[in-house]
Amino acid sequence: MMNSTPAPTRELAPARPTWHIVLVRPETMTFLLLLFGLVGASFLSPFFLDAGYILRSFTLTAEMSIVALVLTMVVISGEIDLSPAANMALSACIFAWVQDAGVPLPIAVIVGLLAGLAMGALNAFMSIRMQLPSIIVTIGTLIFFRGLAQVIAGDRSIRVPDSFIGINNVMIAGIPLPVVIFVLVAILLGLVLGTTAVGRQIYQIGTNQQAALHAGINAKKIKVGLFLVLGLVSAAAGIMAASRLGSVRYDLVLGGELQMVLMAMLGGTYIFGGRGTILGTFLAAWLLVIVSTGMTVANLLPAIQLTVLGILLIVAIIATNFIYARTQR
Amino acid sequence: MTLVRSILLRREAGIVVMIFAFCLAVGLYKPHFLTVQSLRIILLLVPLIMIGAMAQMLVLVARHVDLSIGSILGFSAMVVGLMYREFPDIYWLVGFPVAILTGAFLGLGNGLLVTIFRLPSIIVTLGTLSLYRGLTFIISDARQINRSVIPTELKAMSRTSPIFDIPWIILIAFGVALMTYVVARHTQLGRQIYALGSNPEAAPLRGIDVAKVTLVVFTLAGALSGLAGILYASRWGFVNPSNTGAGFEFQVIAAVVIGGVSINGGVGTVSGTVLGVLLLGCVSAALPLLGIPGSTQNAIYGAVILIALLIDRSVRQRGVTSLSRAAS
Amino acid sequence: MLKKSLLAATAVLTLTAGTSTAEDIDIVFVGKNTGNPYFDSLTQGFVDACEVIACNFEFVAPATAEATSQIPFLEAQIQRGVDVIAISPNSPDALNQVFQSARDQGIIVLTVNGDITGNEQFRDATILPTDFTKVGADQIEMVGSLIGYEGEIAILSATTEAPDQNFWIEGMNETLANDPKYANMTLVATVYGDDQPEKSTTEMEALLANFPNLKGVIAPTTVGIAAAAQVVQSRGIADQVKVTGLGLPSEMREFVKDGTVEGFQLWSPYNEGWLASYFAVGLKNGTMTNEVGGTFEVPNLGTITINEGNSINTQAALTTFNADNIDDFDF
Repeated sequence: MMNSTPAPTRELAPARPTWHIVLVRPETMTFLLLLFGLVGASFLSPFFLDAGYILRSFTLTAEMSIVALVLTMVVISGEIDLSPAANMALSACIFAWVQDAGVPLPIAVIVGLLAGLAMGALNAFMSIRMQLPSIIVTIGTLIFFRGLAQVIAGDRSIRVPDSFIGINNVMIAGIPLPVVIFVLVAILLGLVLGTTAVGRQIYQIGTNQQAALHAGINAKKIKVGLFLVLGLVSAAAGIMAASRLGSVRYDLVLGGELQMVLMAMLGGTYIFGGRGTILGTFLAAWLLVIVSTGMTVANLLPAIQLTVLGILLIVAIIATNFIYARTQR
Repeated sequence: MTLVRSILLRREAGIVVMIFAFCLAVGLYKPHFLTVQSLRIILLLVPLIMIGAMAQMLVLVARHVDLSIGSILGFSAMVVGLMYREFPDIYWLVGFPVAILTGAFLGLGNGLLVTIFRLPSIIVTLGTLSLYRGLTFIISDARQINRSVIPTELKAMSRTSPIFDIPWIILIAFGVALMTYVVARHTQLGRQIYALGSNPEAAPLRGIDVAKVTLVVFTLAGALSGLAGILYASRWGFVNPSNTGAGFEFQVIAAVVIGGVSINGGVGTVSGTVLGVLLLGCVSAALPLLGIPGSTQNAIYGAVILIALLIDRSVRQRGVTSLSRAAS
Repeated sequence: MLKKSLLAATAVLTLTAGTSTAEDIDIVFVGKNTGNPYFDSLTQGFVDACEVIACNFEFVAPATAEATSQIPFLEAQIQRGVDVIAISPNSPDALNQVFQSARDQGIIVLTVNGDITGNEQFRDATILPTDFTKVGADQIEMVGSLIGYEGEIAILSATTEAPDQNFWIEGMNETLANDPKYANMTLVATVYGDDQPEKSTTEMEALLANFPNLKGVIAPTTVGIAAAAQVVQSRGIADQVKVTGLGLPSEMREFVKDGTVEGFQLWSPYNEGWLASYFAVGLKNGTMTNEVGGTFEVPNLGTITINEGNSINTQAALTTFNADNIDDFDF
């Protein structure tokens, strides 16, 4: 998107041709991979090319994709969070557990969301207030949140009321509601990151925190805010998943952190902060759905998907590092 | 230096106190916990984690992290299992070099990705965690290696003993810890690992080949995970493509962080790590005895990691303030 | 390896191309997870049956057995337009919505080797290996015969919520309480190893520590019985504590041979796949009907009755394995 090229490009180096600026971007890579994935998947199985099926499949990962959009902003600010998948599970378990105990549905939803917010606050406290590396902190909270969900739900699945089931069956202009929400959140966050002062500050913090502090930006406040939003959105995503599945277990989106990080990286977000776009993550989310459903509908061994996901993650960071190294200065 | 060392000593003393307090508390309620039999149970629970923790300690000291060791364990165990299945006449001890080399090879892969492309190890190993697990499924055609395939001699290593009635795998685990101690304390490589971790920028100035040391550390971690892989086959008598080694990295990180290895590199001792492993072993063995459901175990591990991080930070800060006070 | 997967991909392509001309019935079996040895035998039953009768069979399964991991695979089968989905469900309720959309498209949904208890309206029928109401009593008789109908016994189960195991345990408790034959046996504890070897082992060790007079342990789960047997073997106390339960002959052979375990039970997973194929094809061809009380013939298995709740059993009672017959079974 337009935002990640902040205006003051230095005039010293010979100006790059326009095609170079437009084409040598991580998002272009993601987009090309997306097209390649579409062609490849339709070649693998004749049942793949069906917009309805692709949209239905997207609803299975829509919740994670929404979280990945917020995660992108956290990574741009120079932090990372590996706990959102566990947060989704714990929030959903708390929500289901509370309403199962007789609390009215709307209040149960609020309790679930607050739980997510509290989890975001714990991450923020440990990483920002105590200045511990967020990557290790969130490995700890990942295990902790998932463990708490296991304590609450045990091996049981907690049902949610019938009236609450089926967010994925609600259609808006023929498109499942979770997909619509994903698109709207992407547009909103894209605007925040691309056009507002806060958005610019997030890039500045991620590029050089010291310089940002000198420029009078309250980096701590913004980072804490991002962790809180991520916690809240993860909880919302967890509750959406509960509505789609009709029941909640502690192992909801187990291992989902890999996919979320993968979406951000595959969309060209720079792992060391300062660079990345919402558009990139948006495209990467679709790319992942196409790759995985393409392989599933062709009845390939699920292990091949694991392998492909791992390779994609490594290739994506190598490629974005490479592109950024070349386009820098 | 002596000051830093005394803080570390205090840290280890702290874990020892925690282990004793915990065991006494459990023992008051269940006297059976304080018997030799239950020591044997605890020691039989920890060998794999002990070896993995030694691997992870070296990586953390070098200011990296390896999330893929569980998948390396699984892959190496599977390679060995397939070997036993396809070549039933092969001498069973051949499995050890095969497992260790397989692990070393995968660890080297991690190291190469980290050094050549200058990538953060946590993301690389998150990728290889998935990649190596996927490869385990592919080479095994997603089928389990059954008990009947694993050589009887190998399985017997988890029960039979050469000395003092201590089973082989426990001896191997403590042997690995001893060797790690020697490498860390008494070799140039060890000194370089600590120097690299405490200040990566200054390391090249002190004549340390950063790329080489990083590669060696990841390869060693892989090799140890490979050893843990074949011992898994010995302890449990099967190799499963999806279960073997899954979640191993989290247990290991918990043990290592409890043991006082700093996530900021450069700090960590073998003795602390061993104690961290033993504390986790005591907890795992005590839970069922007390009738606490196993489902609480992960929450306890997670909480312990977070608390250890906070302790680690406050110790570090106290060290820094007292150092600066001493300097002034 | 890559070549192999590409080959598999083309095989899928040709296979599906073939089906549009021939009127064979497409059956897919969705397992709990890959790498589960139990399902190798079950799947073989499907494969062999489909070589005899006209059906195309495929086996798919997610990498892990978590509750929702089967959903993308079910969606994909609906998209492929298969005729019959057989599934060993990972969750009694999380799959309801997908089952509904499959059946809306005329796909027959059969649960195999485990049912979606409480949500039976979302599947057409269930194929269970044996009459689950008798498993509890059979297992109590088994352990009773091993310990001379006297002393303390304990149960090492799978997870606390595992529906089948809990049903059997209920049966065991009833049998112990009501049958005077077992009046001298006391159930002292029921513990859960979560079907993980590590946890099952620590739970078994804790049983031995907490109940020094323990005479017998029933582990009605394949992971649990192997772990329990390993503990007994390692401690060398096979003459004091008798381990039995439900296990796979391939995993238990070693323990039976060295005397650690005298006997255990199970059924034939193979026959489940075999029966499911015949039933599925019969339903699709219209030669069988899915009515409670109805009967049909299956080669090798004889006359099969559809019981209450559209539940079908492959055999009347559990098979007992011991040193005399263990070598006759290869699953």
